[in-house]
Amino acid sequence: MARAFTPKVVTANDLLDGDVIYLTKNGDWSRKHGAAHLLTIEDEANQWLAKAEAQQEMLVGAYLADASLDDDGKPAPIHFREAFRAKGPSNYPNHGKQAEL
Amino acid sequence: MYIYSDFDAEFVRSRVKQFRSQVERRIDGSLTEDEFKPLRLMNGLYLQLHAYMLRVAVPYGTLDAPKMRKLADIADKWDKGYGHFTTRQNIQFNWPLLKDVPDILDALADVEMHAIQTSGNCIRNVTADHFSGAAADEIEDPRPTAELIRQWSTDHPEFAFLPRKFKVAVTGSPNDRAVTKAHDIGLRMVRNDAGEAGYEVIIGGGLGRTPMIGKILRDFLPKADLLPYLEAVLRMYNLHGRRDNKYKARTKILVHETGLETLRGWVEEAFIEHKSSHESPSEALVARIESAFTPPPLDTNIMDFSSLDKKIADDPILRSWVEVNTDEHKNPNYTIVTISLKPIGGTPGDASSSQMRVMADLAERYGHNELRVSHEQNVILPHVRRDDLPAVHAELKKAGLATANVGLISDIIACPGMDYCALATARSIPIAQEIAERFEDMKQARDIGPLKIKISGCINACGHHHVGHIGILGLDKAGVESYQITLGGDGTENATIGQRTGPGFGADDVVSAIERIVDCYMDLREGPDETFLKSYQRTGADPYKIALYGENARVESLKETVNAA
Ligand code: SF4
Repeated sequence: MARAFTPKVVTANDLLDGDVIYLTKNGDWSRKHGAAHLLTIEDEANQWLAKAEAQQEMLVGAYLADASLDDDGKPAPIHFREAFRAKGPSNYPNHGKQAEL
Repeated sequence: MYIYSDFDAEFVRSRVKQFRSQVERRIDGSLTEDEFKPLRLMNGLYLQLHAYMLRVAVPYGTLDAPKMRKLADIADKWDKGYGHFTTRQNIQFNWPLLKDVPDILDALADVEMHAIQTSGNCIRNVTADHFSGAAADEIEDPRPTAELIRQWSTDHPEFAFLPRKFKVAVTGSPNDRAVTKAHDIGLRMVRNDAGEAGYEVIIGGGLGRTPMIGKILRDFLPKADLLPYLEAVLRMYNLHGRRDNKYKARTKILVHETGLETLRGWVEEAFIEHKSSHESPSEALVARIESAFTPPPLDTNIMDFSSLDKKIADDPILRSWVEVNTDEHKNPNYTIVTISLKPIGGTPGDASSSQMRVMADLAERYGHNELRVSHEQNVILPHVRRDDLPAVHAELKKAGLATANVGLISDIIACPGMDYCALATARSIPIAQEIAERFEDMKQARDIGPLKIKISGCINACGHHHVGHIGILGLDKAGVESYQITLGGDGTENATIGQRTGPGFGADDVVSAIERIVDCYMDLREGPDETFLKSYQRTGADPYKIALYGENARVESLKETVNAA
C-alpha cells in the first residue's frame, strides 16, 4: 500500500528581505501561513513547487513543508521548525511575523 | 589598533563595490540564487530562518570606540537596533535587507571593518585571548601574531578553496582563554630554554559532529618561522584533507586518519622545502604591525587605593561586581573589566545600539579606547584604572550592563539556535534564558561558584557545548525539541570533551535537570574551593546520572561495568 501523503504547503524566503513566504491558491505569495494553499495530492504539490522554483527572481529556497488544517480550517505547521518560521524568534516577541499577529 | 594601509583600504572598498553590483544583478534577475549564494557568503551574508544575517568580522575580537559606535549606527539604521556578539568574537546583524547590505559594508569600511572570510572553506577570522595586551599572566600580546596571520590569509589565492573551513586561535598566556585546542590550528605563546618567545603549535582540534582535542604538532616554533610553517600546514591540509565527504574534511579528521607522526613528517618536510623560498614578511611590516599594538601609556607610579577599597567594601553591589567581573591586570594600578552581556532573562551576546554607545564612551573615557569581544559573548574593557571602577560601574548600571555574573552559572554561552539559524535542530536561547532565571539569585550563583554552561542548537557546536562544564545540545527527536546533556567538558589548556549523561530531556524538563545536577554538586563538593569541574573530575559521572535518571541509572552503570569486565 502506498504511504499516505502528508499535506504540504509551498514555502520559501523572500529575496529582498528574507522573510518567510507561502504560496497561496491564486499562485501569489503571502507572509501568513494561514493563507497558504494546502496541497493534499502529491503530484499537485510537486507541480506547485516547480512553479515556485521557477520564480527565482523574487524568492530563495522554495520547498514543501508538512502542514495540516487547524481548528479554524486554516493550514497550520506540523513541525516545530515550521511553527517558528511562521512566527518569529522566541526571544523578541516584537520581531518577525509575530509582531503583527 | 592596527590601521589599514592604503592597499588594505582599497582592497576592502573594491570588494564592496563588486558586491554592490552583484546584489544589483541578483535583484534585477540577472543572477540566479545558485550563482549569487557563493558571492554573498564570501561577503558574510547568510539567509537564516526569518531574514538575512550579516556576519561582521571583529579581527581577534579587538574594537575601539569609533568601531563600536559604527556598529551601533548600523544596528539603528539598517537593523532592529541591536547586534549579536558570537562565540567567534564576531558580531551578527539579524535583520538586514538585501539591498542595504552594500551600504552597510561601506559603512563598515569607513571604520576599517568588513565581513570578508566570515564564511566558506577558507581561513576564517583569527581569534585571540580577549585579555590580550592586559592579562597579568601574558608572555606576549598575541594580537600582532593574529594580525600577521590575518594579513597573510586574507584573499590568499592558494587557500581560498580548502577542503573545509580553517580556524586559527592564538593565546599569549599559559592560561588558555582562547580555546586553542578546539581549533584547526591553535598557537600558544611559550618560551624556550633560551628564554625566547615562540609558539607551541596545536593541530586538529574541533568541536562539531566529531569533537576532538587538538594535538601538539610542534612544541616550539620560533616566531620568525610562523608563516612558512603555517603555509606548510595549509599545503598539507589542502593536498591531503578529504574532499569526498564534508563531515570528514576538517583537519581533525586528517590528523585522526593520517596519524600525528606521519602528518608531522609531511609538514616538516614541506616546511624545510618551503622555508628557503618563502618570502618572509619584511622586518618593516612586522615592526609596523607590532607598533600598532604598543600598550597604552599606563601609570606605573605606586598608588594608594585605600579609600577606593573602603568605598568598594562599603557598597555590596559594587563589591560583588568588582569581585566577579574584574580580572588581574599586568599593571597593579589597573584592572580588566568584563561587561556581561548576559542579563538575567536576556539573550546571551546581544547588545542594543545604546548599550554599544555606552561601551564605546566608557572605553574612551576610562579604557584607553580599547574594547574586546570575548568568545564567551561578553565585552571587555582591558585597561581600567582601579580608581575609575566606581564610575564605570555606575555608568554600566544605568545601561543595564552591570550584571555581576561573569564566569558564574548565568554567564551562559548560547548559539542563536532555531530562533535564527537555518541549520539548527532546536532552540538554544530560551533554554539559556530559563536557566539564568532559575539561578537569578546572585548569592546562590556565587555560592555555586565558577560554572560554565554552553548551549548549541545543533551538532555543529557553535555554542561550544562539548567544552562546557555543563554542555547542552539541542536536537530534533522525532519532531520534538530534545536536549542532550554532557558534563565535565573544559575549554582551557586542560581541554576535555564532556561526557554524555544519557538520554536527552524535553524543553520543559531540561532546566530542572540542570538544577538536579547543581544540587548534586553542592551535596558532593568537599567545600566551596572545590569547583564544579574539580568535583566532577573527582566523583565521575555516576552520582550525576543517578541525580538525573534515578536509581535505574545505578543498575545500568553496574551492568556496564560487568559487561566491560
Ligand atoms: S550550533 Fe547549529 S544551531 Fe547553533 S549557530 Fe551553529 S549551526 Fe546554528
